[in-house]
Amino acid sequence: MNNESTLLLDENVPSEDRDAMQPAVPEDLNIGKVAVRVDKLNLWYDTAQALVDIDLDIAEKKVTAFIGPSGCGKSTLLRCFNRLNDLIDICRIEGSIHLQGRDICAPGVDVAALRREVGMVFQKPNPFPKSIYENVAYGLRIQGINKRRQLDDTVEWALKGAALWDEVKNRLHESAFGLSGGQQQRLVIARAIAVQPEVILLDEPCSALDPISTLKVEELINELKQDYTIIMVTHNMQQAARVSDHTAFMYLGELIEFGETDQVFTNPRLKKTEDYITGRYG
Amino acid sequence: MSKVNSWIKSGAPWVWLNAAAVSCCILLVLGLMLMIAVPGFGHFWPSKIHEIVTQDDQSRTVLAGQIQDREEVSAQRLRESGLSVPESYDSVRRYLIKVGNRDLSGQDFVWVPELIIAQRSQPLALVVLEREEWGNFYGYLLGLKEDNSLITMATAWEDFEQRLERTSSLRDQISDLEKGRIGSINYRLERLRLRERRLELKGEQDPRAFAEIEEERVALGEEYELLEQDLLALNEEIRRDAALMRTASGEEVEIPLYTILDAFKPNTMGLWGSVGHFFKKSWQFIVEDPREANTEGGIFPAIYGTVMMVLLMSVFVTPFGVVAAVYLKEYARQGLLTRIIRVAVNNLAGVPSIVYGVFGLGFFIYTLGGSLDRLFFPEALPSPTFGTGGLFWASLTLALLTLPVVIVSTEEGLARIPRTIREGSLALGATRWETLWRTVLPMASPGIMTGMILAVARAAGEVAPLMLVGVVKLAPSLPLDGNYPFLHPERKFMHLGFHIYDVGFQSPNVEAARPLVYATALLLVCVTVLLNLTAIRVRNRLREKYRGLET
Repeated sequence: MNNESTLLLDENVPSEDRDAMQPAVPEDLNIGKVAVRVDKLNLWYDTAQALVDIDLDIAEKKVTAFIGPSGCGKSTLLRCFNRLNDLIDICRIEGSIHLQGRDICAPGVDVAALRREVGMVFQKPNPFPKSIYENVAYGLRIQGINKRRQLDDTVEWALKGAALWDEVKNRLHESAFGLSGGQQQRLVIARAIAVQPEVILLDEPCSALDPISTLKVEELINELKQDYTIIMVTHNMQQAARVSDHTAFMYLGELIEFGETDQVFTNPRLKKTEDYITGRYG
Repeated sequence: MSKVNSWIKSGAPWVWLNAAAVSCCILLVLGLMLMIAVPGFGHFWPSKIHEIVTQDDQSRTVLAGQIQDREEVSAQRLRESGLSVPESYDSVRRYLIKVGNRDLSGQDFVWVPELIIAQRSQPLALVVLEREEWGNFYGYLLGLKEDNSLITMATAWEDFEQRLERTSSLRDQISDLEKGRIGSINYRLERLRLRERRLELKGEQDPRAFAEIEEERVALGEEYELLEQDLLALNEEIRRDAALMRTASGEEVEIPLYTILDAFKPNTMGLWGSVGHFFKKSWQFIVEDPREANTEGGIFPAIYGTVMMVLLMSVFVTPFGVVAAVYLKEYARQGLLTRIIRVAVNNLAGVPSIVYGVFGLGFFIYTLGGSLDRLFFPEALPSPTFGTGGLFWASLTLALLTLPVVIVSTEEGLARIPRTIREGSLALGATRWETLWRTVLPMASPGIMTGMILAVARAAGEVAPLMLVGVVKLAPSLPLDGNYPFLHPERKFMHLGFHIYDVGFQSPNVEAARPLVYATALLLVCVTVLLNLTAIRVRNRLREKYRGLET
């Protein structure tokens, strides 16, 4: 986490005149129905600022990708949406994030309830040391749902939703560690959708997977966006171009450019974005 | 020269050094085990009885016994003690012989110098009698008596064995009656007395309550009368037979059969007979109560006490240590204070154990126990219930002693759990507590078990603090028995480690006790290893279960 702050102290990349004129979000951009609205979000680790004045709207039932070089704050921003940054003592937040009209940064928000609405999948598959079934049922059991029928139905539904059911239906009660990396990642996605969240956060979901598993997860993301708002962080720009509807490019804790994915990749308005996606730095 | 240099550079000397160190350790452990095991096991082997005729200037004596030890002693020393040793001898071999018959001769071990032995033989008819009192008897069976009349001379041995079996079954019945039913009546009478006293202390006026108690007491008394009659009859029965014996020196004695626990003729035993006898005696050592100031009989109460104490200690220390470690690691804000606490906890592990004993005595027994007695057991005062050493306080003291290891290894176990697992659980809407309870603690259980294993290993071998907080050389009753409420944590108990000390250094009969010290030490090692192995197996199963996701 700290390397983000040191990066912030780095020299400023020379910004060209046209960049200075341009706002990060074009005024005429219409993303449709807004699921999450980020307003003037600032975040500090101790004294180092990791996010600077982020203003961003995230479209409902679309895929929004955050791209940018390591340490640019995209994971930090993602973790703001389910308040996972609360775990870090030295982290301090200003600004607001509205999820369907409610400010989730406000004190007194039921964090556990928020996290049921905003599911998350991590970089490395992190199944619990339990059976496949119990992994998927975990979130339900937390909510006090212990009825066998209901659990059975939800587990099947979630595994089908994560395109894993056919592969594991005969070994639901075996350890989740017996699955391959890609299967584990889809299991974790099934675990997240089992609690029926509004939003799913994906933190570099394919970075630990082989190409075939990656392809499967990408197909899954495409299907999931029918029902869920998806926000993902990725290092892989082709992946962002393939699966996302909107793309946000971040650099040194700032949102540099946000727009429709096609536009950002084919016709970036800003020089920095262009430099990054053409591989000149990052 | 360069060859040596390159050899040193290759690192081979280090490997050799390390291997040598490991070999030394293994040799030491094996040597220790062997040193304990040989004399310990040897005690149960039925060694042959020798009949030895000694002849010196004045007298000729005959004695029979088992050779226990031999040593070379300087001739000078023997001369000084009044033995005439020819000038040509520098040193003389002498034997330590267990001659038994303590009731007749006053001492059951004698040293015999080899040079006064005139004759040595192993007569087949020599018998060893293990008795309830006075130790072993060595001699010949002459005949049997029933109700004081001589009945048989010819086939005495077979008859003798049968009658011995009869008395031993009678003895079992008597001890069942005494310890079981009569013991339970006594226990209930004592509880009635305490109940009455409690009512008196409360200032109870209602005579019906007292009448009820009196009624129960009368009923118990009647029951007792009946049992006592049975007991008298059995005691009458068991005294029927006696054996007529002759010692090697020719004295004739009559030994009542009920005082004889076992009889055998080692000189007629073949290899298999000896092996069978060996296992029988080893088993008896494990399952029987001690006799004769712990120099004879078994050590069952000590094994029982040790295991009970260790189990109870684990029950106390594990939850306490785990909760403390969880707070330190998961909830407390890491900083100077937690660092100081950690250092303090680690230092606790280095405090000499006797200090814990003193603390247990001063705080647990006198302060806590004393208050408990005044609050909850005033009827038993002035005799203390919890205000004196006992299983409960001993376990608690040892739990305190082993707390640091449990805390430290639990913290290590918690630290090993990857952060992604915790975040995964939190991201599903679990609270910190739910995450801890459902995921983190199960995954840390191998670490917790490691702490428990270390704690058990330390507690099972600890003696010094126990002497202050409840271990005794002879406990009248076990801490777990058939009398309600079955577990009696306030009772004093016996412990293998203390038993070793007691038998080895406090015994009135050093020679007789010595083999028992080894045997007890061996058992203590075995019990510790067994407890440890159990815990290690549990840990390995847990490890297997929560394997994977190694980061």
